[in-house]
Amino acid sequence: MTSQTQSAIRFDNVSKSFGNVKAVDQANLEIRDGEFFSLLGPSGSGKTTCLRMIAGFEVPTSGHIYLYGQDVSNLPPYERDVNTVFQDYALFPHMSVGDNIAYGLMVKGVPKSERTKRVDEMLELVQLTGYADRKPSQLSGGQRQRVALARALINHPKVLLLDEPLGALDLKLRQQMQVELKAIQKRVGITFIFVTHDQEEALTMSDRIAVFNEGKIVQVGTPAEIYEHPATAFVAGFVGTSNLVSGEVAKRITGREIRFSIRPEKIHMGTMDTKIEADSYSADGVVRDVIYLGLYTRYLIELNGGGDLVVVEQNLKTTSMDVLKVKGQPVRLHWKKEHIREVGGS
Amino acid sequence: MLQRLSTFLYQRPRLVLALLLGPPMLYMVVVYLGSLFILLLNSFYYLEEFTGLIVREFTLRTYAQIFEPANRDIFVRTAGMAAAVTVADALIAFPLAYYIAKFASPRLKTWLIIAVTIPLWSSYLVRVYAWKLILAQEGILSWFINLLHLDGALNWLLSLPGIGGSSLALSPIGMFIVFVYIWLPYMIIPIQTALERVPASLLEASSDLGAKPFQTFRTVILPLAFPGVVAGSIFTFSLTLGDFIVPLSLGNSKFFIGQAVYSYQGTAGNIPLAAAMTMGPVVIMIVYLLIARKLGAFDAL
Repeated sequence: MTSQTQSAIRFDNVSKSFGNVKAVDQANLEIRDGEFFSLLGPSGSGKTTCLRMIAGFEVPTSGHIYLYGQDVSNLPPYERDVNTVFQDYALFPHMSVGDNIAYGLMVKGVPKSERTKRVDEMLELVQLTGYADRKPSQLSGGQRQRVALARALINHPKVLLLDEPLGALDLKLRQQMQVELKAIQKRVGITFIFVTHDQEEALTMSDRIAVFNEGKIVQVGTPAEIYEHPATAFVAGFVGTSNLVSGEVAKRITGREIRFSIRPEKIHMGTMDTKIEADSYSADGVVRDVIYLGLYTRYLIELNGGGDLVVVEQNLKTTSMDVLKVKGQPVRLHWKKEHIREVGGS
Repeated sequence: MLQRLSTFLYQRPRLVLALLLGPPMLYMVVVYLGSLFILLLNSFYYLEEFTGLIVREFTLRTYAQIFEPANRDIFVRTAGMAAAVTVADALIAFPLAYYIAKFASPRLKTWLIIAVTIPLWSSYLVRVYAWKLILAQEGILSWFINLLHLDGALNWLLSLPGIGGSSLALSPIGMFIVFVYIWLPYMIIPIQTALERVPASLLEASSDLGAKPFQTFRTVILPLAFPGVVAGSIFTFSLTLGDFIVPLSLGNSKFFIGQAVYSYQGTAGNIPLAAAMTMGPVVIMIVYLLIARKLGAFDAL
């Protein structure tokens, strides 16, 4: 019972089908009070459906959803203490910014004077002081984003849901908003549930992440756990880039019949006379491709005897001319044994 | 040759614009606005009652005739009918349009839109005559009402002064029913189009922020669909205002504007008065559009 009251959201065997399609399959999840929690996965993995079930836009086909211990599975959205920031912001085009933000208070019958006061507070929180009388159409994408956030937060919801809210912004603004969102979350102390398909975004902002694939939650953990200890090959591949090695190649390298992942940045690339320590694995190959990316360079190495590995090296001393010369050269790859992760099926 | 022509046109966007807009503009200005202007001109002439000849000199006495009680009643009657038909059409069309726009599956949507517009494929006259038979004393509607033992209610309705009559076909109620039916598609389609453009996320957002379904309807759906309602009402209102077939075929012998214009320019030969009476609906519609604009109905267009 105590664990129920402490968790902000709890999924108890929740499934959702649309016709024959199982969008969410037997999801079990616990999101703690005050957490910045991300639902991460490719499109169609069920993360948005989960969010919509928390909001009340979809009703679970089976299972239960608890909001601070209360079963809300079948409550309509307007009876849940949860608010959403929509992917397209969903600002009311016929209302001013101020009326948009005050909407939740207006429908609850809060008097006008208090509404105005709280709208001003919210505008200050999202750094849009003085914008109350504008129409949403007069705002930039980033500003609309902030209005949507203010409109949701003014109701002091128990949980705030964010459905890929940064997807439509350009890279610079997105990075700025990531920092700002995190700061706002710290300030208001509300549980944030954030849906994204961008692993970097999830790693940057979240306290914990649930990784979705094909309707199932495949791993839940802190960003470091997810990145360093991917539970499955899918997680290893989706969160960050990873080399997945299996079959003959894995056996040749490790001497065991396993399947493992290794991050490209953990692999060192040396000349053929590089000595291999006892705590490392190694593999020889030829550089097939070199992709210069400014900050770092990505190499595709074709291993002698089949298979290939991606290696990433920072361009600390090298220039583009230097790295491109490596193409076609034989190299010896080596990495610490502790850096491989044995992974399961999918 | 063809390529040289397209290059020639590509380099002269203004010429292309003129070629594109020229023919329709010519038609609009000369044929449409021109005839309206001649109408306006004629309304300032008057008919010399003694000789029965039209006197072509500027006068307002024809307009003064409009305000005679008999003519004034025609205007009030027609505008009242147009308003009633518009309100009824809006009330009937809205739920249907809402269902088509927001709930129907794409397949069902296609079928419903076809069902809404299919009556427009058959002649308007045929439909009016069909209704005349449906509403007649011995018609199918009376038969059906009889079957439900509701003839008492029907008789009470027909005994109402002003809108009653000897049968549905011969009463203003019957005209009202036919008008509502005839112009309904013109109300459904614009409302449906307006609702189609309201993103589903707005309705979800409203509900998410705590608005109960009726509050969402009043504060989000209705304001956003309002331009569609106004567009539809422009059709239903102006079409009713100018129609003369329905009043001619159904209802009692009391005149509507269209009918009056028809008889003044025909048998009576009073072109100036017919023209002046035609200007009535034009003025009413201009006022109507100005009010609609004031209410912000065109902001979203």
